[in-house]
Amino acid sequence: MRDSPDSAAITVEGLWKIFGAGAHRVLGGDDRHLDPAALRERTGCTAAVRDVSFDVRPGEVFVVMGLSGSGKSTLVRCLTRLVEPTAGEIRIGGEDIARASPARLREIRRHRVSMVFQHFGLLPHRRVVDNVAYGLEIQGVGRAARHARAAEILSLVGLDGHAGAYPDQLSGGMQQRVGLARALAVDPQVMLFDEPFSALDPLIRRDMQAEVVRLHREVGKTMVFITHDLSEALKLGERIAIMRDGSIVQVGTAEELVGSPADDYVADFVRDVPRSHVLTLRRISREPEPGEPLDGPELPAATLVKDALEAASVSSRPIRVVDGGTLVGVVDRVDLLAFLSGRDLTERAGA
Amino acid sequence: MTTQQRLPAPVEVTAAGTAEGAASRGGLPRWAWYAGAAALLAAAYAVFRGTGTLPHDKEAPQFLAVTELREWIDDQRDLNPVFLYFLNYVRLYVAEVHGLFQTVLNALGWPGLVGVMGGMAWLAGGWRVALLAVAGVGSFGVLGLWESSVETLALVGASVLLSLAIGVPLGVWAGLSRRVRGLVTPVLDVMQIMPTFAYLAPLVLFFHIGAPAGAIATMIYSIPPAIRITSLAIQEVSPAAVEASASLGATPAQTLFKVRLPLARPRIALAANQTVMMALSMVVIANLISAPGLGGDIIRGLSRAQVGLMLPAGVAIVVTAVVLDRMLSALARRGPRSRAGRLDLAAAGALAAAGLALTPVLPATWPQEWTVNLAAPVNEAVHWVESTWYGATTFVKDLTSHALLNPLEGLLTTAPWWLVALAVLALAWRVSGARPALTALGCLLAIALLGLWEHAMQTMTTVAVAVLVTLVLGLLLGVAAARSPRYSALQRPLLDAAQTMPAFVYLLPALALFGSTRFTAIFASVVYAVPPVARLVEDGIRAVPAPVVEAALSAGSTPGQLLWKVQLPMARRAILLAANQGIVMTLAMVVVGGLVGAGALGYDVVVGFSQRADFGMGFVAGVATVLLGVMLDRITQGADGRPSPRRRKLT
Amino acid sequence: MKIRLLAGLLVLGMAAAGCGGATVGTPSGSAAPQPGGGSAAPGSAGTVKIAINPWVGYEASANVVAYLLKNELHYDVELPEIKEQLAWEGFETGDVDVIIENWGHPDLKKKYVEEKKVAVEAGSTGNKGVIGWYIPKWMADQYPDITDYKSLNKYAHLFKTSESGGKGQLLFGDPSYVSNEEALIKNLKLDYKVVVGGSEASLIKGAQQAQEQKKPLLFYFWDPHWLFNKTQLVRVKLPEYTEGCDADPKKVACDYPEMDLDKVVSKRFADTGGKAYELVKNFQWTNEDQNAVANDMTNNGMTGEQAAKKWLDANTAKWQAWLPK
Repeated sequence: MRDSPDSAAITVEGLWKIFGAGAHRVLGGDDRHLDPAALRERTGCTAAVRDVSFDVRPGEVFVVMGLSGSGKSTLVRCLTRLVEPTAGEIRIGGEDIARASPARLREIRRHRVSMVFQHFGLLPHRRVVDNVAYGLEIQGVGRAARHARAAEILSLVGLDGHAGAYPDQLSGGMQQRVGLARALAVDPQVMLFDEPFSALDPLIRRDMQAEVVRLHREVGKTMVFITHDLSEALKLGERIAIMRDGSIVQVGTAEELVGSPADDYVADFVRDVPRSHVLTLRRISREPEPGEPLDGPELPAATLVKDALEAASVSSRPIRVVDGGTLVGVVDRVDLLAFLSGRDLTERAGA
Repeated sequence: MTTQQRLPAPVEVTAAGTAEGAASRGGLPRWAWYAGAAALLAAAYAVFRGTGTLPHDKEAPQFLAVTELREWIDDQRDLNPVFLYFLNYVRLYVAEVHGLFQTVLNALGWPGLVGVMGGMAWLAGGWRVALLAVAGVGSFGVLGLWESSVETLALVGASVLLSLAIGVPLGVWAGLSRRVRGLVTPVLDVMQIMPTFAYLAPLVLFFHIGAPAGAIATMIYSIPPAIRITSLAIQEVSPAAVEASASLGATPAQTLFKVRLPLARPRIALAANQTVMMALSMVVIANLISAPGLGGDIIRGLSRAQVGLMLPAGVAIVVTAVVLDRMLSALARRGPRSRAGRLDLAAAGALAAAGLALTPVLPATWPQEWTVNLAAPVNEAVHWVESTWYGATTFVKDLTSHALLNPLEGLLTTAPWWLVALAVLALAWRVSGARPALTALGCLLAIALLGLWEHAMQTMTTVAVAVLVTLVLGLLLGVAAARSPRYSALQRPLLDAAQTMPAFVYLLPALALFGSTRFTAIFASVVYAVPPVARLVEDGIRAVPAPVVEAALSAGSTPGQLLWKVQLPMARRAILLAANQGIVMTLAMVVVGGLVGAGALGYDVVVGFSQRADFGMGFVAGVATVLLGVMLDRITQGADGRPSPRRRKLT
Repeated sequence: MKIRLLAGLLVLGMAAAGCGGATVGTPSGSAAPQPGGGSAAPGSAGTVKIAINPWVGYEASANVVAYLLKNELHYDVELPEIKEQLAWEGFETGDVDVIIENWGHPDLKKKYVEEKKVAVEAGSTGNKGVIGWYIPKWMADQYPDITDYKSLNKYAHLFKTSESGGKGQLLFGDPSYVSNEEALIKNLKLDYKVVVGGSEASLIKGAQQAQEQKKPLLFYFWDPHWLFNKTQLVRVKLPEYTEGCDADPKKVACDYPEMDLDKVVSKRFADTGGKAYELVKNFQWTNEDQNAVANDMTNNGMTGEQAAKKWLDANTAKWQAWLPK
């Protein structure tokens, strides 16, 4: 069932979700362009997702980030029609989700797309192993086979020895590992995460994020990850979509978002991100000035700014920024200091 | 149920848990154990059938002793100091309170009462409720039942006032003191599973018959919710507010009156509401001990098998229930802060004043021309139904009797008593654990000792069949409603209305359709018990957390898989609570069904009131129904033991 | 507030009862209006409470008396639904003034008239009452020997129903009725079970169906009753009644006696009831009179009041004689 590597794992085009009676009428008219408050005032409807389009590449971790109420949870539910979209096209692995019959949709949910939830959604009356095996059970897999598979997955997520426990006997973090295991057990092509760690303590959250990174490396699934936590988004996402009032404001890598925010909203959003942790030397390097010594340390253009600080502290000469052997530019201590103090931003604003 | 939390669950639960584990691990599937046990019981029945039965004897010494006691008490009533200086005074004071209500309500005259009720309703819930109250009270007259309705109102008023006067302070105390709560709760638990009938005989013993005895019976019956809900309301007052008050140096009394009570007020209004509803269902039955009011009209209809006579009275009771319910629940819904606006006050006052002003002008009694006589048309309609549906109703009735009732009754009455006791013990142990099982066994043995074995078995048969039907219907309706919001929106108001109706009213359609047989009682109990069961099931399924349902759906569950693997197992507690409630309610109704041919214990109670010589039997039968109730409750109440996450946490 | 109210009532009650303790009959201040006075509506001579027992013949008598009390003597009348034996207790508590048709009850008479002295006999109603076991006429035609109790066992199988547990069914009426049925079955060794229909109506319906549809039925019934004018019924002969054969209710093995139905009133009513008491005492009519009124009430859609009025309009001479001089 794998698609060719260059085709997208998920394609979303012109997706709309409007809650309330007469959603289609709103969609057909001009009201859909109103801002949320005005729309609700006029029609009583809420547009949770407004004309959203994006692609997710196979094997990619795609993060959708936004504040609560920005429509990101609705968006991810539309992908498998847990929430029925009002309009738009959704393809997963090339298959048209919006037109799938209920039976076909169940097949897709059973075999190709699985989901991890913010509040875990575990079945309190079943033991951990039966929770993990639930997806297999409803596919009709025999008891022995599904328990074997569940045990395998449980050890993958680090829950060896807890198979016989009930969910409420586990800590929050462990419960979410069960949720993760349940999603993995059916060996899906795509995994959807709906703010899976927002209910956890910060320390555990960090562990779990690392766990996802590790799993992604090991099993290589396509992942769509919903979060309202920017640092989580930056940590996990290869590409990040920022949502506001139901629309996607900007899609890009962390560096693109921080380095060139599409609008004030995004800029405001990423303002507190330590830029040295996201931007690379490529972005701050400049043409060497005439007579500038070019015998300083050499660093690749993809080096994060913060990682260049050590080299700069050792040598007073400008750092040479190279990309595959060719010199892209130089960065000296003054440039770094100006960048770290944010003076480059004020200068740009003044210019 | 609150009782479950009291049970010392850990020991039994772990024991049973390991047993289960061993069973499933040891290779023998669980059903094999059940099959084995059933086969064993069946074999024992085959061998010992007909021996060790305890046939009913109307002249059992236990009964005669109570009858004699009653005769003795009757002779002592005006001699013995306990009666002279205590019990008769109680009776007298209750009579005073009742008389006061009677006098006031009668003095108001019908226009005055309509106006005053309307005004009070306005204050409670605005013009809509006022309109309802005016129409409702007016309907008493239209139905031609003004006097009876006022009598009923007076009786309900008196008993509710007394219930609240005792219940609310007791509830407050129980809310404040854990120890008092520990004392009161088990008593309330038993009181709430006691069928209405069981209250009457002891009251006759101590308080004779008539309105005061009826008021006392009603008061006792309706007091549990007053205590329970008040206690809960006090307990659930935000601890932060209490703490804040204490930190400012308030005395406990100040905190009680300035913080706890005001904050608990809406819930206490709810307690009053529940108390009124309970009182309304008892007040009808109190007619068996000559309490006046609408109950008389219903009993009149029952004893003449004329639905036309009962229906208006039934309607009047339902109207009373609805009016009072709306008034009190409007009061309960209002926040602790709200007060009636000046406009409302003026409107309410005007309404009351208008009514009172009209009292001297309009005729003293409700004008004949304004009444609608329903008896004849209703009787005709019922007659039509009887003759037209005779085939169908007889078929259903006979089928149930021959296929379910008679075989089961035969089984229970011909099995040796020890075998039945053994079966009950095993079942209760399996479902609820050791302690409830022993309680259940104790109750059963006590019934045997009381000399009511055979009748108890017959009643149990009727209850079992009724419960079976109730649960099947309740589950179907509940699941349907939980799955279709549109259907639920249709069903819910019906269920709400059904739950406000006093139990007695359900006998009407049953009697109309099936004449007086055991099946009539079954039908009535099913109609009576299905609404709360369906509701609990629906709520239980709806209460399954959305994330879980979503997770199951996103895993690709079909609706059927969702229902069977997720919703029903997770609603287990609610469903078992529903079963428990269903059983208790069914028992109550089956006993009342003694009035319409259900026979056995219920009939014994009825006979006890009608025939002096059988008073003892009736009294003991009342006790036996309580024991039967406790037994059935204990068998089912612990049913959520092992697999419930909540219980496991305790271990 | 409530506490103060209760305290007030407490004092009131104490005062009302004097200080010698309260008896059941102690009237409370505002409740229990007295016959011949008290809290009745203005212009009324007082309130009379006639207990209503659950058979239509009784109701007919009660309604006729009530109509006269209301319209000729201007009393208020209450007709509380109270069963036979409870009504006697009502004499003591003040809930009942009059039982207008009493079927025997020597034990109750002994207790309430002689011992407690709260009730007084008020003479015959003129009605002759007899209880018995009946079958529809077609059965007597088809099985001529069935009318003797000795052959009842032979035909027990005919009377089996879903409620009778394998035995023959003997259909009984309201649980409060005078009854020796259990003892009779036991002592005459009959293979029958008493099945309680619960009401007069169930007996009537059963009897009518049995005759019309030729269904077997053995049932408890009594005369006077209008049904005998409409449906042909045959009485089953039980061992003949002899004086005292029913003295011990457990050992009864004989038929019911023919009774002179009579009226019983509370002592209080007899003492203070004035004209109302006179009227009740004078009331006397025949079985036919009662059947006429009862028939109108049951079969002609009339209320008790309407039926009473119809009979009274047609029989002025009779009731004129009852009015107190």
